[in-house]
Amino acid sequence: MPPSVDALFLARAQFGFTIAFHIIFPAMSIGLASYLAVLEGAWLVTGKPVYLAVFRYWLTIFAVVFGVGVVSGLVMSYEFGTNWAGFAYRAGPIVGPLMGYEVLTAFFLESGFLGVMLFGMKRVGPRLHFLATALVAIGTLMSAFWILAVNSWMQTPQGFTMVDGRFFPADWLSIIFNPSFPYRLVHMVLAAYLSVAFIVGAVGAWHLLRDSSNEPARLMASMALWMACIVAPIQIVAGDQHGVNTLKHQPAKIAALEGDWESKPGQPLILFGMPNMKTETTDYAVEIPHLGALILTHTWNGSIKGLKEFAPADRPFSPLIFWTFRIMVGLGVLMALTGFASLALRARHSLYRARWLHRLMVAMGPSGLIALLCGWTVTEVGRQPYTVYGHLRTVDSVSPIAAPGVATSLAAFGVVYLIVFGAAMVFLLRLMARPPSLATEGPAKDKPHRSAGITPGPAQRQPASASSDNALSQDPRHDSRHD
Amino acid sequence: MTAATIDLPLIWAAILAFAVLAYVLLDGFDLGVGILFAVERNRDDRDLMVNSIAPVWDGNETWLVLGGGGLFAVFPLAYSIILPALYPPIIAMLLALVFRGVAFEFRFRATGPGRMWWDVAFFSGSVMAALCQGLVLGGLLQGIHVEGVSYSGGWWDWLTGFTVLCGLAVIVGYALLGSCWLIWRTEGPLHERCRRYARSMAVAVLALIVVVTLWTPMLQGSLAERWFRWPAIAFTAPVPILLVLLAAGFWRSLSARRHVLPLLFAYGIFILCYAGLLISLYPNLVPPAISFRDAAAPHSSLLFLLVGAAITVPLILGYTVYAYSVFKGKMRPGEGYH
Ligand code: HDD
Ligand code: HEM
Ligand code: HEM
Repeated sequence: MPPSVDALFLARAQFGFTIAFHIIFPAMSIGLASYLAVLEGAWLVTGKPVYLAVFRYWLTIFAVVFGVGVVSGLVMSYEFGTNWAGFAYRAGPIVGPLMGYEVLTAFFLESGFLGVMLFGMKRVGPRLHFLATALVAIGTLMSAFWILAVNSWMQTPQGFTMVDGRFFPADWLSIIFNPSFPYRLVHMVLAAYLSVAFIVGAVGAWHLLRDSSNEPARLMASMALWMACIVAPIQIVAGDQHGVNTLKHQPAKIAALEGDWESKPGQPLILFGMPNMKTETTDYAVEIPHLGALILTHTWNGSIKGLKEFAPADRPFSPLIFWTFRIMVGLGVLMALTGFASLALRARHSLYRARWLHRLMVAMGPSGLIALLCGWTVTEVGRQPYTVYGHLRTVDSVSPIAAPGVATSLAAFGVVYLIVFGAAMVFLLRLMARPPSLATEGPAKDKPHRSAGITPGPAQRQPASASSDNALSQDPRHDSRHD
Repeated sequence: MTAATIDLPLIWAAILAFAVLAYVLLDGFDLGVGILFAVERNRDDRDLMVNSIAPVWDGNETWLVLGGGGLFAVFPLAYSIILPALYPPIIAMLLALVFRGVAFEFRFRATGPGRMWWDVAFFSGSVMAALCQGLVLGGLLQGIHVEGVSYSGGWWDWLTGFTVLCGLAVIVGYALLGSCWLIWRTEGPLHERCRRYARSMAVAVLALIVVVTLWTPMLQGSLAERWFRWPAIAFTAPVPILLVLLAAGFWRSLSARRHVLPLLFAYGIFILCYAGLLISLYPNLVPPAISFRDAAAPHSSLLFLLVGAAITVPLILGYTVYAYSVFKGKMRPGEGYH
């Protein structure tokens, strides 16, 4: 059964769809796990109940996010075989062991301590519990380390030899630390942190709009805004460096995302336009002279290779990545501006009263995740038509499954993921809609650990005394709805 | 012994065999708990059942990731043949696990009738995942058509009477593990009912084992020969005797009202079946033609990952035991969920 072009297209659609779905949840897990570790640490050090209240608030949300992340990731690890058998056979000797390390060093760590983190406070006490939280956070970061090593190797492969059309490892260190890896790792981890910062900030701001004296909501908003003004600018610098590095290794990707067809000295920066793959022009372009050269080559008259210098069969689809790139960059700049605005308000002590800022923060809630998805689209679509850049084409990577088979499973994935995603959204929004409250009883740090429940959430059918330390049941509006 | 003389493919075959066994034993009971939703309708009991596995299911499922990821890493040829060959049951299994995995969280979050739907999702996801695992197992045992380095069979090769029987056997087997787990973790009426389930499931499992065992050698002539040839016969001959002993032990432990022992005996039965399975397969990874040696990744890949596995697998086992021990003892109503 030779794969048809349609089967290839469907396999790509399925992979893109499932991984786009997956990445949203790990990105939130990476950010939330670190956030939770910081909160719990701050609580242990200062003993202030507000940290514990915010910790419990986000722990329930983390549980939902993590669950969806795990099951969607499980799907991913089998998809290399079901959809990309050609890739699995040829690149498996390199990609496989790296992902194996991810399982051994990251997934087991996360899942091993997740149970303790979610349910174990009563059983192990605050200090050991903090250790579990920290280990889960470290696990998520290790996960990012390995999977980004894999992905970066596919973008900028090195350290291998070709044997009968297969990639055989020659030097593992140079495989892992391939040229785009450091940039991608930094950029992705910052992206995860920013995404979560803006979600936390939006939730905090939402509740401040209702009650500007809500202490946990203030803490959320304030922490999120510190992240915005510190991390967003760093992310812009990191993104710029990432792009400069990509210019060196994947010039066709840069030409496509810039919409540059000709190589000319003093390359302008095209702000907006419509790249047209047929006429080989970018129509309706609004450009700033010399700026493209300045950003990418750091010289006034520098030039980058235009798309016309690459054979049509080797060009990535420019219109898509041209626009997704601009959305990402635009949102990055907006994030930094939000952060700077908050600095000014802080200086004037009106951070918790500026309703326009709170409204802006609510609107910016999904901005991190949108930028992240756009960024991945740039990266992956920009790598086309290769899976392993320059060495293995996507057409040669696909499985021997005919179009109807892939179409059926794509449809099944579509339906299942939409249900799961829809439900997850409903539950997450519902959890985020409950006002955080300080009244949430926690055990004092030095009390014996069996004294009270610690993790919030709608426990099912608890005896009345046990649920009094339950964040949700503090809120009368939820009492009747849950259970 | 230098690195070059160590038999890396064999070591890896053993590690992966261990990972798959760990998966079956661990996720087996938690899928089994889901399957028991068929007969356990009471809401408090269901909550208790789910709470008993909530802290550990994610870790259990990670063994499946290690099985799949490990196959990809060390036997890429097998991975790139088996997954396309068994595409439909594997995709169905993954989707079932998606449903089931999110139902853990969602059933506690949902209100009104929504909750019932997530219970249905939890139950049917568990059954479906077990069924598909059986289909995959059967599909592998009956052999896969290969030309060159890729799958060359048809759409429905994986669907035969034999594979369906294997699917059924896995469902019943997991239900047995689930009942034994609940015997250990619960008290009162639920506990008593689980003893009854365990008894009937055990009868069904033993019957299915006999049927599958008689059917397997008929699939490929070579299998019968493999079983009854020296030295395999030294392993195959004691198997039926051991099975009878384990079954007897299981019955005694149930009648003697032991709490942990039934689970351990059920595990014994599973391990024995698994050993029989390995004997049938060895040295093939993709029967009838591709051995684990043919499928192995280059030496350097095997060695690189082995270093990591040698360090981390003992650690993983250590903290898995720790995580289980944090949550040991009988479940109490209202305890557990955040
Ligand atoms: C919150 C998320 C976020 C934000 C605000 C930005 N990015 Fe980004 N970007 C990502 C999230 C992301 C990402 C999802 O993490 C990607 C995808 C793969 C990767 O390496 O990072 C990415 C990829 C990516 C690439 C593609 C690199 C390649 O494939 O080789 C470039 C050139 C940039 N980014 C540049 C920028 C610039 C100049 C930004 C300035 C504002 C920016 N990004 C903001
Ligand atoms: C870091 C881990 C990742 C790896 C190893 C990886 C690998 C791959 C592979 C093998 C393909 C199929 C071949 C191809 O079409 O290029 C692919 C395509 C794709 N991936 Fe990634 N990917 C990763 C992360 C992501 C993420 C996080 C996204 C998020 C949105 C993503 C989006 C896509 C899309 C949209 C495609 C289809 C692109 C196209 O076919 O034009 N990838 N990736
Ligand atoms: C093709 C690419 C990918 C594959 C095959 C994959 C595979 C998986 C698997 C199997 C799990 C479940 C682990 C468990 O059982 O605990 C998982 C979860 C996770 N993945 Fe992915 N993944 C991919 C892309 C990514 C990317 C690009 C990132 C981030 C940079 C990422 C980060 C994580 C994290 C942090 C988790 C932990 C669970 C969670 O956060 O929800 N993965 N992934």
